[in-house]
Amino acid sequence: MNLSKVSQVALAVLFSSGASFAADVAPGDVKFQDLAVTTSLTGVPGNPEEGASVFKDRKLGNCLACHANSSMKSELFHGDVAPTVDGAADRWKPEELRAIVTDSKQVFGSETVMPGFYSLNVGVNVREDLVGKTILTAQQVEDVVAYLATLKE
Amino acid sequence: MKKISLAIAIAATAVSGLAFHASAEPVDEQLFIDGQEMISRAPAPEGHPFDEVLSGWLFREAETRAAEADSFANPGMLDVERGEEIWATVEGSAGKSCASCHNDAAETMKGVGARFPKWDADAKRPIDIELQIDKCRVDNMGAEAYKFDADEQKALTAYIKHQSLGMPVKLDLSEGEMQSWWDKGKDVYYTRTGQLNLSCASCHEASMGKYIRADHLSQGQVNGFPTYRFNTGGLVSIQNRFRGCIRDTRAEMPKAFSDELLALEVYVTWRGTGLSVETPAVRQ
Repeated sequence: MNLSKVSQVALAVLFSSGASFAADVAPGDVKFQDLAVTTSLTGVPGNPEEGASVFKDRKLGNCLACHANSSMKSELFHGDVAPTVDGAADRWKPEELRAIVTDSKQVFGSETVMPGFYSLNVGVNVREDLVGKTILTAQQVEDVVAYLATLKE
Repeated sequence: MKKISLAIAIAATAVSGLAFHASAEPVDEQLFIDGQEMISRAPAPEGHPFDEVLSGWLFREAETRAAEADSFANPGMLDVERGEEIWATVEGSAGKSCASCHNDAAETMKGVGARFPKWDADAKRPIDIELQIDKCRVDNMGAEAYKFDADEQKALTAYIKHQSLGMPVKLDLSEGEMQSWWDKGKDVYYTRTGQLNLSCASCHEASMGKYIRADHLSQGQVNGFPTYRFNTGGLVSIQNRFRGCIRDTRAEMPKAFSDELLALEVYVTWRGTGLSVETPAVRQ
């Protein structure tokens, strides 16, 4: 295998794995301060439309499993394990929303049921293909945060 | 009056758009199976996180509840009938069936489903009905142990447990080392697993009574297993259900009948102390 082959493979791995990119803050390096994460995880502004897709996608955020959301009435069955996200932007600043989505245990304590969507503080016996991986990518977190920041009452 | 309040309820639903769930509470109803009263609410045993233990039946939709209350409507009863046939079928080198030694299950198996898992001095671990069946097959019948979740295993287990229909669950934790297995099972119950970082307690204790999407979270009681599930169209064993829940946390699944899952079965069965055996219960 020559060098250019190696770099092609490396690039393919980088783009197919959904792993963090060089510019992303690594999950272990996210700085929580005063229940907030002030620095963007990617440096790229979040896209609220993408964030809405991630929010409702059962294989990504699956946020409706637990949180009701009046702005997604066409989606059937909103859970009530957790508070509604209606008016989330009135209650939380974007940097607080980023902290909650990234790793809610840093905000609500270790007992919270909510998974950390960009955290490697996970449960035991993680499925082998998911070891070392976060539920969402850094950019998906930024997108969800941008979406939640639009939810005003 | 009823019509008016219904109209108001519909209007309120239309306005909020989110009132998909009639109520987050378990229903205030009494389960009778073919007219026989079941204990579907019982005072919790000492050391239990809840004051009252509640059958999962109370958390299901009306149609599902009705299917369990009538054994002609309960599709799981077909498996129980299949189990009755297996009970009387000779298998293995010893030329025996279950009935060769245990005669009429209605008499000899009555109460068995209410007190398993129990301590097994030979195995030096607790065994459940499935493992007891295998023990009999291998030691006494000269037959092979069932493969996990073989149809015959589920049907025969359901038949044997069904002989205790209505009887309250009561484990004997004083036998052998049952208490230390209970302790281990409790650890498993509260251990968060997988990428989603959830324990049994995250859903069935902290969020009991709430909805995850369309699914009303019950206490996760196992007094009706093996349970008939409409969404998979067949009986589901306890160990299968445990593995499915753990898989859904995005974790590797422990092996069926592993120490971990047997301990969990001991502990979770204890959490339903006092509830009637409902096998085969019906769920969505």
